[in-house]
Amino acid sequence: MLTIMLQLTIGAVDLAVAFLFMFGLWRMSSPVTAPSGMTFAGCGMVAAVLGSFLYVFTVGAAAKPHLAVNIGLAVAALGLGGGVAWWSGKKVALTAMPQLVALLNGMGGGAAGAIAAVELFGNKAQGGAQLIVAVLGALIGAVSLAGSLIAWAKLDGILKKPLRVSGQQLLNAVILLATIAVGGYFIFVASNDIEPLMTKPHLIELFFGCALILGILTTLPIGGADMPVVIAIYNAFTGLAVGLEGFVLQIPALMIAGMVVGASGLLLTLLMAKAMNRSIRNVLFTNFGAVTQRKQRGINGSLKPVEAADAGIFMRYATSVIVVPGYGLAVAQGQQKLYEFVKLLQAAGVGVRFAIHPVAGRMPGQMDVLLAEAGVPYDLIFQLEDINDDFAATDVVLVIGANDVVNPAAHTDKSSPIFGMPILNADKAKKVYVIKRGEGKGYAGIENELFYADNCNMVYGDAQAVLVKMIEAVRGLGTAAAA
Amino acid sequence: MSFQIEMNGFVALYIFMLAAFAGWVIIRGVPAILHTPLMSGSNFVHGIVVVGALFALLNASTVPEQAIGFFAVLLGAGNAAGGYAVTDRMLAMFRLSGNEPKRRSKPHHARPGHTSASDSKKG
Repeated sequence: MLTIMLQLTIGAVDLAVAFLFMFGLWRMSSPVTAPSGMTFAGCGMVAAVLGSFLYVFTVGAAAKPHLAVNIGLAVAALGLGGGVAWWSGKKVALTAMPQLVALLNGMGGGAAGAIAAVELFGNKAQGGAQLIVAVLGALIGAVSLAGSLIAWAKLDGILKKPLRVSGQQLLNAVILLATIAVGGYFIFVASNDIEPLMTKPHLIELFFGCALILGILTTLPIGGADMPVVIAIYNAFTGLAVGLEGFVLQIPALMIAGMVVGASGLLLTLLMAKAMNRSIRNVLFTNFGAVTQRKQRGINGSLKPVEAADAGIFMRYATSVIVVPGYGLAVAQGQQKLYEFVKLLQAAGVGVRFAIHPVAGRMPGQMDVLLAEAGVPYDLIFQLEDINDDFAATDVVLVIGANDVVNPAAHTDKSSPIFGMPILNADKAKKVYVIKRGEGKGYAGIENELFYADNCNMVYGDAQAVLVKMIEAVRGLGTAAAA
Repeated sequence: MSFQIEMNGFVALYIFMLAAFAGWVIIRGVPAILHTPLMSGSNFVHGIVVVGALFALLNASTVPEQAIGFFAVLLGAGNAAGGYAVTDRMLAMFRLSGNEPKRRSKPHHARPGHTSASDSKKG
């Protein structure tokens, strides 16, 4: 009777968790309902964690003597891991969000891999199907762990340059095949009870080693601007690994949640890749910009620097302004000053909107969050397809720390590595101001024709400092008129 | 009568397939503006791996198993807690114009020299 009650309770908790997760994610589809959606999902997580302590009543005879220690370890791990992550999640600067998400994602992948390790080392996965799924989940989880850690290091600036060696793709392919071969051999050995060439634990260690190296090597050559795609891919990977380990452990909540994340990660990956006009294969396996750099065609015109104050005052007397923020704004932490400046313009009757390129920043939608942090209402923020036709009728476009996403070469220059990529049509506006740190090139390492155009002026300097000067200039105008 | 869940391969495949479709359909409705919270939100959702990690740790019977299980719970718990904290923080920032939340209310907004006071309050 007791076991039936126990099974019933565990099953019911699992079902409730699955419902809360799906319902929570469903409410993510609007900024209005999204916070409550997260609350639902959060309740689901708490219920799931509390519910999993019911497993103490189901442990087998072998684990019974260790139960007290195991419970202690579990509580300690929950408190430590959860506490530290909660604290850093609350404290971290918003600009550091992409690397934190990458790190958390790696932790999920690592956990899935570790579960598989326990199952495999402990000979707990029985039968062909379970073994195959456990090994597959281990592979994906380990790759996700190693890859996410590399992505984190890159985003955090620990790893500065993409590391590329010749023959890298061949090396990656060899290691991928080696990993699959070792995993396949292990499955064959374990399911047929054959004496392996080396001991089983060594075989498992070799397998995990290969998978981790694979994750590291595939992520190392990928450049900073491709990070939105990479983060989305590893998010999907971790979800998939979690779902597969859920099957091995026969916990439906893991299967459902993992697979939902896997599908959503895949969808986001495809969206990101489309926004960059590149296939996923292209992002992962091509050394972007490395080949085409030299085929640069000459550009007519010159760079025309102007003072920040003049640009600010010019915008004050415009009717419509579109702001195009890029990663440079995040680096300069200029979002607060930007919105302060925009509010000044709005007070003077200027219609201001924000145009966001899908891959601006280092993770999907990073610019939206950055502007939201500064207090910009989201009904002023427009995505590429919604605003691109309005540039031609706009007085001034203010480009802040963005480069490749407004490069007209994507439309005109067939030899350009970004040819065909959807861009914001900033060049169509009557006047363009570009706030930029210096004369350097964008991530793609190509010159931007827009900067040399007749209707474009450059405002050099740190985005935040430039915006402060613009604010002062426009305010000075106001007080002069009042006096 | 038994309530033990027994899943053979095909039932698992059905669950995987339906969950994948559900995920695809649900996420397709999320506007681009919410893509970052969605990333970290789904990041939080796969933090459910902590349940599997707890299962593995509670059933551990050797020291290596305990060590790996501990590691798994540590990572899984971090994934879940961190994911929630980050997502919650981000979602709290989104607002419509003319609809400012109380903590940022600014009666005389854009008054020269007084804007930084409210900025320093947040965070």
